[in-house]
Amino acid sequence: MNTQIKILKSANYIKLLQKLFDHKKNIYGPVRQGKRIGYQKINSANELATDFIIPDMSAKSFVFPCIEKLFSFTKDKENVEIQNLNLDNIPEKIIVGIRPCDALGMKSLKAIFGRDPADSIFQTRLERTTFIGYACNQADDYCFCTSINGGPGNTEGSDILLTKTDSGDYIAEIITPKGESIVASAPELFEDGSGLDKQKYLADVPKRFDDSNLENKMKAAFDTNVFDEYAIRCIGCAACAYVCPTCACFDIQDRTKGSKGERIRTWDSCGLKLFTLHTSGHNPRETQGVRWRQRLMHKFSYMPERLEVRGCVGCGRCSRRCPVDMNIAESINIITDENII
Amino acid sequence: MIETAKKLLKNGDVNIVIGYSEGSQGRVRPFFARNEEEAENLVYDNRCTQNLAMYVSKKEISKYGKPAIVANIHTLRGIIRLAVENQIKDGDLIALHINDKDEMTVCSTLEEIETHLATVTPQISDEDKVMIEKLDAMSLTERRNFWEKEMENCIKCYACRQACPLCYCTQCTVEVNQPQWIPVEASIDGNLEWHIMRAMHLSGRCISCGQCGDACPVGIPIHLLPMKLSQEVKNIYGSISGMNRSEGCAMATYQPGDKENFIG
Amino acid sequence: MEQNIYLPYRMKIVKITEEAPFVRTFRLEFINPEEGEKFTFKTGQFAEYSVFGEGESTFCIASPHTRKGYVECTFRQAGRVTTALSNLEEGDLIGFRGPYGNIFPIDQWKDKNLVFIAGGIALPPMRSVIWSCLDNRGNYKEITVFYGAKTANDLVYKHELKEWEERPDIKLYTTVDPGGETPDWKGEVGFVPAIVDKFAPTAENTIAIVCGPPVMIKNTFPVLKKLGFADENIYTTLENRMKCGFGKCGRCNVGKTYVCKDGPVFTAAQLAELPNEY
Repeated sequence: MNTQIKILKSANYIKLLQKLFDHKKNIYGPVRQGKRIGYQKINSANELATDFIIPDMSAKSFVFPCIEKLFSFTKDKENVEIQNLNLDNIPEKIIVGIRPCDALGMKSLKAIFGRDPADSIFQTRLERTTFIGYACNQADDYCFCTSINGGPGNTEGSDILLTKTDSGDYIAEIITPKGESIVASAPELFEDGSGLDKQKYLADVPKRFDDSNLENKMKAAFDTNVFDEYAIRCIGCAACAYVCPTCACFDIQDRTKGSKGERIRTWDSCGLKLFTLHTSGHNPRETQGVRWRQRLMHKFSYMPERLEVRGCVGCGRCSRRCPVDMNIAESINIITDENII
Repeated sequence: MIETAKKLLKNGDVNIVIGYSEGSQGRVRPFFARNEEEAENLVYDNRCTQNLAMYVSKKEISKYGKPAIVANIHTLRGIIRLAVENQIKDGDLIALHINDKDEMTVCSTLEEIETHLATVTPQISDEDKVMIEKLDAMSLTERRNFWEKEMENCIKCYACRQACPLCYCTQCTVEVNQPQWIPVEASIDGNLEWHIMRAMHLSGRCISCGQCGDACPVGIPIHLLPMKLSQEVKNIYGSISGMNRSEGCAMATYQPGDKENFIG
Repeated sequence: MEQNIYLPYRMKIVKITEEAPFVRTFRLEFINPEEGEKFTFKTGQFAEYSVFGEGESTFCIASPHTRKGYVECTFRQAGRVTTALSNLEEGDLIGFRGPYGNIFPIDQWKDKNLVFIAGGIALPPMRSVIWSCLDNRGNYKEITVFYGAKTANDLVYKHELKEWEERPDIKLYTTVDPGGETPDWKGEVGFVPAIVDKFAPTAENTIAIVCGPPVMIKNTFPVLKKLGFADENIYTTLENRMKCGFGKCGRCNVGKTYVCKDGPVFTAAQLAELPNEY
C-alpha cells in the first residue's frame, strides 16, 4: 500500500494510546528505570520514556524471545505424550517507540525464520505484533544506520512511523494495513498531513563506512588477518549477539519439572567458544578471531548472499554494550579500507 | 610509560605490552602493543579502570610470549591472586604500575608488586559501599526480591565471567551438562543459580575490582555479590585476596582455629 | 495452521544392538503407523534424535532407504543426550525429527565401481549407502569397502562385516590401528589411508565415498588423488555441530555453506571451495 501522511497532535497521541488501552490492547514501549531504558508493558502513556536514543535491548524478543517454548510433553515410565504449541494463544501486541533500526531488524529475522522450512512460531508472533515506530531525532556516535541503507526516518518494518516535530506534534506515516487498522480505531485523531516533510526533524547520522561492494570486500578479507587483529581484545562473551536486533542463533534445550517438560529454544551466540565445539573436542572455530570473523561474515556476506538481506541495521548496540569496546562499524571500516587488504 | 614500553619491546624483555588505547566515544579500550610503533598508541589516565589481568590467561595473547602489563591497583591485585592460585609464576610478566600521582613503577618480580601493594589500603567505591549497606539493611525477602528483579534482566551472556581475571577455568560449571547443574537458558531461577554459584566460587578469591559489574551489558550490579563475600571472608578469616602470595586460600584451607559460628 | 517444524515423531525402540564399547544401534518404529507410512528419506540424510527431558542429538540415518517401516541409528555414548539414549531399553520411546540434509546421489552412480572408505564410528552413514546399493546390486559394478577402527573391538556392525566378507559381490578390507589387533585378528593392521594405498583400487569409472574423523579424511584424499580419483568423484559427509537441522540455529555453517541444508554430503571438489572451518 502507499504510505499515507497524517498529523497526530501530541494530545491526540495520548488519546490514541488511551483508546488502545480501553480496547484492552497489550501495549509495550520504552520505559526508563534508573539507568536502564527498556521495552516494558505499559498501562498508561505517562510511563513512556520521551528522551532517549535507543532502548538497551532490541525489540527482537517480541518475535524471538530469549526463551521460547516449542512444545510440551508429559513423560512417565511407559509413555510420552506430546502437546503441540497452540499458536492461537500467542497474544496480539502493539509496540510503540520502536526505533527505525529495530523495525528494520524484523526484515532480517523474517528472512532467517521464513526461509524454507518456515518457522510458524516466529511468523505468528510477527503477524500479531504491530509496530508504532519513533523516527530518531537524536543519535550518538555509535549509530550508523545510514551506512547500511537504513536511516533515522526509515519506515521499513514499522506499521506506523511517528516523527516528532518542533511543536511536539507528530507526522504520522501510515505504512501498512496493520497501521491503517490502528488509525481506523480512532480516525478522528488523525488529520491530513500530505505534503509534510519529516526530513528536517530527523537526527543527523553521518556515514561511518562506505558500504558499496561490501559483500565482495568481506570475502576478500576472509583470509587476511584483519579479524584476528581486531578481535585480539575480544573476551568471547555473547553481549553483542544478545543485544543485537538481528542475531538469531539459538540453542535447543529441554527443561522438566517432575513428569512434565518442554522443549525450548534459547538465544545462543557464535562468539561463545562452546557454540561449535564437537563432543570429540574438535572445534571448527577455535579462536576468538575466527569467531569474530564468523559474526561479521554472517552479517555482511553470508546473509546477503543466501537471504538477500544484511544481518545488521546499524543500531550500534553491540558496540555500546561491549565491555572491551569492540566497535563493529570501525571493524567494517578497516575491512573496507582498500589500503589494508 | 610509552618510552618504557618501547624499551622493553626493543630489548626483547617482553614480546607484548598489554595496556590501554583510545577507543570509541571517549572510552579507552584494552590495547596490545607488539612493537615500538604500536606502543605509541598506549594511553593511561583515570579512565583506565579496567582490570587487564584477565588477558594474561587468554591464549590469543599468551601466544605472543612474555607480556608487560599496564597495571592499575586492580590489575596488580589480580596478578598476585593469579600467582597465589599458581596460574602465573615469578618472571612470567612485568607490571607497569602508575599511581595516583602519575608516577610509574616497573615491577619485574611479584615481590615488587607485593611491596607496592603493602603500601595501599584496598578500597571499594563509595557507590558500591552504599549499595552493599543498602542490601545489608534489607530483610532476607527484600534482598531476594531485589536480586530476582535484577535477574529478570540477565541474558546470560557471560560478560561477567569473561571479564573476570579469576574466571580462568578451562571448563566453567555452566559448561558442564552431565549433570546439567545450571540450566542453559536465561531463566530467572537459573540466572540466580549461576550468579550465586559464581560468587561462591569467587568467595575469598575475588579481588573486588568490580569488573563483572562494569562488563554487564544490562547494568546488573553483579559485582556486589562476590564483593560482599570478600568482606565476609575478611571479617571471618581476616584474609584479603590479591595482596600477598602468603595469603593462601581462606575458603579452601582448614585451620583448627576456624570459626564455626555459621553452623546452626 | 502451519506445522510446527520442531515437533518430533515419537518412535519406539524395537531393537538395541551393542556394536562396540559405548556404541549402540537402535531400530526405531513409528508409534503412529500413519506417520510411518508417509515417512520417506534418502540415503545420506540425518535426523535429530531426542530423549524427552534431556534434549536432541544429531546423527545420520544408518539404515538404507530401501528398507521400509523402520529407521536405524548408531551412536557413541559421549554427551548428555547420547548418555541418556544409552540408558534406554527396548520398548522405550524417543523423539525423531527429520529427515534433513542432502543425499548421496546413488542414482547417478549406476554402472560405476564404488569404493567405500570408513573409519571408526563413521561407518553408519556409509552403511546406509552400502545397503542401499547392495539392495540394487545390479546397478553397480564392483563394490569395495575399506573399514578401519582403533581396535578390533571398536569395529561396528560386526555381524554385517561378516556377511559382507562372505558375499561374493562385495570386497571388504578391515583394518585396525597398530596395536589394536587381537591374537585371532585376520584383517589388516595399519591406518586406513595406508591400507587404501596398499590395495590401490582403480580410479577408472569409480566413485569413492570417504567417511571418518577429520584427520582420516585429510590423509585419505591425497591417497585417492594419487590413485587418479578426480575431486568430483570423491564424496564425504561432514558432521558439524547442529541443533535445528534446517538452517536457522546458525551453528553448522562452513563459510556461507550450511552443512544441514547444503550438506551433509559434499564432494572433495566442493570441500576444496570451503574455508577450513569444519
